[in-house]
Amino acid sequence: MASTTTLPPAPASAPGPRGDERMGRRSPFQKLLGRPEVGALVGAVVLFIFFSFVSSTFLQPNAFATVLYGSSTIGIMAVGVSLLMIGGEFDLSAGVAVISSALTASMFSWYFSMNVWVGVALALVVSLGIGFVNGYILVKTKLPSFIVTLATFLMLTGLNLALTRAIGGSVSSPSIANMDGFASARAVFASDLNVGGVDIKIPILYWVILVLIASWILLRTKVGNWIFASGGDANAARAVGVPVTKTKIGLFMAVGFCGWFLGMHNLFAFDAVQSGEGVGNEFLYIIAAVIGGCLLTGGYGSAVGGAIGAFIFGMANKGIVYAQWNPDWFKFFLGLMLLLATIVNLIVKRRAELK
Amino acid sequence: MKKFSWRKAALVAAVVPMMALSACSSQGGKPADSANAAGGGQAVSTPRIKVALITHAPSGDTFWDIVRKGAEEAAAKDNVDLQYLNDPDAGRQSQLVQQAIDQKVDGIAVTLATPDALKDVLKKAEDAGIPVVSLNAGEDVSAKLGAFTHFGSNETLAGAAVGTQLAAQGFKHPVCVIQAQGHVGLEARCAGVKQKVPGTEILYVNGQDMTSVQSTATAKLQATKDADVIIGLGAPITITLLKSVTDASSSAKVASFDLNAELAQDIVDGKVLFTVDQQPWLQGYMSIDAIWQNKRGGFKIGGGQPVLTGPAIVDKSNAQDVLKFAQQGLR
Repeated sequence: MASTTTLPPAPASAPGPRGDERMGRRSPFQKLLGRPEVGALVGAVVLFIFFSFVSSTFLQPNAFATVLYGSSTIGIMAVGVSLLMIGGEFDLSAGVAVISSALTASMFSWYFSMNVWVGVALALVVSLGIGFVNGYILVKTKLPSFIVTLATFLMLTGLNLALTRAIGGSVSSPSIANMDGFASARAVFASDLNVGGVDIKIPILYWVILVLIASWILLRTKVGNWIFASGGDANAARAVGVPVTKTKIGLFMAVGFCGWFLGMHNLFAFDAVQSGEGVGNEFLYIIAAVIGGCLLTGGYGSAVGGAIGAFIFGMANKGIVYAQWNPDWFKFFLGLMLLLATIVNLIVKRRAELK
Repeated sequence: MKKFSWRKAALVAAVVPMMALSACSSQGGKPADSANAAGGGQAVSTPRIKVALITHAPSGDTFWDIVRKGAEEAAAKDNVDLQYLNDPDAGRQSQLVQQAIDQKVDGIAVTLATPDALKDVLKKAEDAGIPVVSLNAGEDVSAKLGAFTHFGSNETLAGAAVGTQLAAQGFKHPVCVIQAQGHVGLEARCAGVKQKVPGTEILYVNGQDMTSVQSTATAKLQATKDADVIIGLGAPITITLLKSVTDASSSAKVASFDLNAELAQDIVDGKVLFTVDQQPWLQGYMSIDAIWQNKRGGFKIGGGQPVLTGPAIVDKSNAQDVLKFAQQGLR
């Protein structure tokens, strides 16, 4: 794979964020406009200013920590989902896979009376396994990811219910709060950090770290180029030696990893998990990624964009509560933002193509 | 790629048992003595009948699990072949009823959360001579739709019961948390509370995502400093609200609807003021048993009137007794 340094910019329709000499001649402002997350960034700033004005609570440190926490539980998943979407696929099983992971950890430790860390490790294997199976079936059958992950979504939903009932005799997993290892696992996955008198939930920290890692992979490594190339035009990428199969399976496993992480947070924050949860959340992750500038067609987007998308979601969701508005309008508001963000992305992308 | 997965499989195969050997939890987990709780009683000797229990429950909901357990225990005792079916979609729930009619069941127990969607199909059941019992939702339309009796707790009454309790304890500004926007029964509960305590505010959360429930409720409590009590409409939601109260450093107390073992424990510990139990186990049990009794002797429990299974208030004074039943999944 010595040729990767001379890899052509992923497909003409989607100039990669770097490695394209045409970008070099532009002013910094033009450069900024070419970034996939610019639409979302503008939206986020507008929303932030807006809610700071309509609600006096919104900017208080504790309230803002709550907004960030609400964003982080979407955002952690949006990291994996954004990468996957840049790679040209998406994952409808991501929402329930989070619960599958939490249930695996809790049911396994409970049933065999194990230290909960054993369950946590097993859940990681299962989560990566779900991602692997998704990716493997996808590349082997060449079916669209819509079909493959929809099938996994349905199977996981069924397995979550059936196995939880069969093993624990109830649709909710038994509480594991008094078991060995719970305290340390909670400290890792679901503790609060006190920063200057403000309680920061630890998922916020992990969210930031995951975004940094994902951005670094995308922008500074060979694998990042592979991801853009696989999503842009898989055949062209294959022709220049990009391991598309490996990349796509890896991306699904990355979503699995994020799912494991969030699943562990859910489990250790609430010590029991209801097996019917998680359905519908996959769309929130996809919405976050799309608002953040990832194209449904692949090959374009950024990890930071997904994070901004999640942040917009968190601000809108919590902001409406702080502003004491009628929450009936929330879904409408979210839909409108999705539409606006995508239109802005479209315009920016067309401009970029013209130049 | 294949090689890669094998390597991982081998790693897992090696590491997991190794860790497992040295990693048993000294406490908690599955009770070693798994006593068989599935009702050991004797069954009646009447001919075996087939009864369908068709609910609007979303799969994986703890409340409905208790209803189902009650129905299963009645079925075991009454020599009933019980078929449990559920679909939250009104149209599909009516199709399930149709399927039960097609199978010529001896009785149908059904929840009437969406009476209009079930009206026609229940007429067909009546025409086919299949006795129908309604449960949980639809008290006021039950008789009109041809059910010979109804088992449930009136949601508005239950809400009012909570409101009365709160008003008596001097609360002025409750936040009533609805985990499924547009759910008629849940809206009725909060409306009942509001009837007695006019200062009640409603908060909508996404019940499919506990982290979101927690953060949204935290946001609400941070924004509403004068909120003096927050009410969860389901046991798992209430337990999550407790964390929100802590996170928001709010002085609000917590009250609840429905019950599970953890919530019963929280009431014993004084973390939750009280809960209103509509005794779902009874709803399941009575529905199946009523159909059997109807077959057995033509009995009509309630004499055409709905039979109320609640509201039963569980507070510190009786939580200890309720707890042991909750731990068995009965309350």
